[in-house]
Amino acid sequence: MTEARLVVGPFNRVEGDLEVTLDIADGRVARAQVNAPLYRGFERMLEGRDPRDALVITPRICGICSISQSAAAARALADAMGLQPTPQGAMAAALIHAAENAADHLTHFHLFFMPDFARPAYAGRAWHARAVDRFTAMEGSAQRAAVAARAELLHVMGLLAGKWPHTLAIQPGGVTRAPGPREKARLAATLRAFRRYLEATVFGGRLEDFCALPDEAALMRWPGGDAALFLEIAADLDLRHLGRGAGRYLSFGAYPGAEGPAFAAGIWDGALRPVDPALIREDLSHAWMKGATAHPLDGMTEPDEAMAAPGYSWCKAPRLAGLPMEVGALARQVVDGHPLALSLATGGGVLARVAARLLELARTQIVMEGLVAGLDPGARFMAQGALPRQGSGAGLVEAARGALGHWMRIENGRIAGYQIIAPTTWNFSPRDAAGVPGPLEAALQGTPAEGPVPLAVQHVVRSFDPCMVCTVH
Amino acid sequence: MTTLLWLQASGCGGCTMSLLCAESPGAIEMLEDAGIRLLWHPALSLETGAEARALLEDVAEGRVALDILCVEGAIARGPAGTGRFQMLSGTGQSLMHWVTAIAARARHVVAVGTCAAYGGVTAAGGNPSDAVGLQYDGAHPGGLFAPDWRSGSGGPVINVAGCPTHPGWVTETLMMLAAGEAVALDGMARPRFYADHLVHHGCPKNEFYEYKASARDLSEIGCMMENLGCIGTQAVGDCNIRPWNGEGSCTRGGYPCINCTAPQFEDPAHAFVETPKIAGIPVGLPTDMPKAWFMALASLSKAATPTRIGANAHADRVIVPPTLRKPR
Repeated sequence: MTEARLVVGPFNRVEGDLEVTLDIADGRVARAQVNAPLYRGFERMLEGRDPRDALVITPRICGICSISQSAAAARALADAMGLQPTPQGAMAAALIHAAENAADHLTHFHLFFMPDFARPAYAGRAWHARAVDRFTAMEGSAQRAAVAARAELLHVMGLLAGKWPHTLAIQPGGVTRAPGPREKARLAATLRAFRRYLEATVFGGRLEDFCALPDEAALMRWPGGDAALFLEIAADLDLRHLGRGAGRYLSFGAYPGAEGPAFAAGIWDGALRPVDPALIREDLSHAWMKGATAHPLDGMTEPDEAMAAPGYSWCKAPRLAGLPMEVGALARQVVDGHPLALSLATGGGVLARVAARLLELARTQIVMEGLVAGLDPGARFMAQGALPRQGSGAGLVEAARGALGHWMRIENGRIAGYQIIAPTTWNFSPRDAAGVPGPLEAALQGTPAEGPVPLAVQHVVRSFDPCMVCTVH
Repeated sequence: MTTLLWLQASGCGGCTMSLLCAESPGAIEMLEDAGIRLLWHPALSLETGAEARALLEDVAEGRVALDILCVEGAIARGPAGTGRFQMLSGTGQSLMHWVTAIAARARHVVAVGTCAAYGGVTAAGGNPSDAVGLQYDGAHPGGLFAPDWRSGSGGPVINVAGCPTHPGWVTETLMMLAAGEAVALDGMARPRFYADHLVHHGCPKNEFYEYKASARDLSEIGCMMENLGCIGTQAVGDCNIRPWNGEGSCTRGGYPCINCTAPQFEDPAHAFVETPKIAGIPVGLPTDMPKAWFMALASLSKAATPTRIGANAHADRVIVPPTLRKPR
């Protein structure tokens, strides 16, 4: 029986606008409803434009996943043009993309997720004083160090992408700026500085040692850095069993190279299988959107201005073969078959999501170092191509928060249809026509919900690292 | 102590993300050192849900004094003037409502980014959410607030336009306000300290521009004005005087300036990366130069282009180095 209804909002330290409505019974969440309360209509803005304009407009959906949107738009255009980026252009684009994803993981851990453990409600816990010192919002020493390290890491953008966010550097045929020998040396220096910070402060140990952890039990004994502080908190508060997901993970594969992506594509639901994007549908039954369930190439975005029930969000409900999927760093690392991620997935809750993000931060640094080492300053970084008068294309990439897809139709040389499914569209989707809740809604069921702003609910929501501006777009 | 409240309206959050790229010192330290106390910021503050609502109500009802209100993102007025395309979650009220109520209490109101200033990309392509800037609707005075609206200090909304804003534009505006110094504004209410410059100033492609040695395709290092849509000679901003993210800028990154500090940049009526031309001549030449003079000088300099500059303009890196003069 429902005892109370609690509306949590403004739900901050997520990117964008989020409202969570909780029906509470016996001190626990009986039913959760997630609302993305901002609609801008990016897909409609693109209709009738020159297809290349997507490279200007779509990054501006999101200031934190801007490069991911660039990369997806560039890939969709390349698909429509039948164009492949030059190998070196693909590497430079992957490096730009990886730097954004690493910066986003750093921002999430330090600015969005950890500050909740510095709250007075946790006073008296063995770790609380350290959490206050390191992670108090805007004051914690770890927060400030992370902001400084992030700003320096993003010098990668100044060298290769002009600026961040919102670059036009990533194009269907590669990148607009060919790095020379001195850029290569400077990129390596920037990455060495970032490794020094990660090893001294975040991990308190070698990245290779963290990446070699075989399972969750070994992880929980990791001794160093702010990672160890998080693990101590996770053990004390049993974050392993908080916010457990359905265990179905999707990844489109990250950082494509000559030998395939650095992190593999696929789905995992107890076993690894290939992903078939043709099986994606967007269900509009509980969104304030008109139209029928459709594949994104046939989809439309027509807002229901009456905001009528049973709709309760501007977010559509994407499903793969009829099922909701969890996406993000955990999904990516599970699909890539990393032993630690597979072990964490047996818990599949807050600990798994946050620890997998730390694992991926360490692995991404190593990927970036490999990309810089492989840069050939004498090579071509861009191939030229021509746009078709008629055609279509899909761009499937991995943003920090998970699988991101752009689907574009071109008629008479203009954009006739553009549909986007962002990571948090998957994770924070509303219910579908069968009443099946989205991944966050399902993960919140059974979560302890004491007080006006339940802490456990906040841990679960933020463990997904939602990006709400991408969600509805 | 100067109090600052930051609201995110209908935008991408990228101006906050850019702000966090401030260096020497970082954004958080810079505000603290300037005596600015952040009452609440949606991405940075601890308070959430009921805690945040209480704080916003205190400011809206004048119980907590507000020196500076920063708004990032455009104001969604739709559907049908209700503002319900962006509700401030948990409050049952639109963001439009909250910005109106809180701006009335602020000594200074700062529109951070082109969306908050003029509508920006949020108002692109038919403007699906009926978005406007705080005090402008595109280039037209009057947005959410009327042209004669004034904040507590007697000034209009300060438009720190840019998509995104350079972290220096925001931090320097805030530091000046906190120090009680006047922020001189240009004709679009942008701070003159960056809007009196053009993106062209300090552009590394200046030598190519001088000879109209033009890139034909993206990735060629020549000037991008003639063919690739670059509007750096007309766009305001000191992007090439104090670069971004260490040493970058749009033109340094090899792609055109799209005039993101200007109202209505989002709908240029041509592809962003293509220069519109009439009879082979680019339209939209530099605004403060007589057209005939420009054409005469351009054709002269084009004819005089040195081999080195012409060859490099069509390459993706310098292939012909400068001729070395032997010392006597």
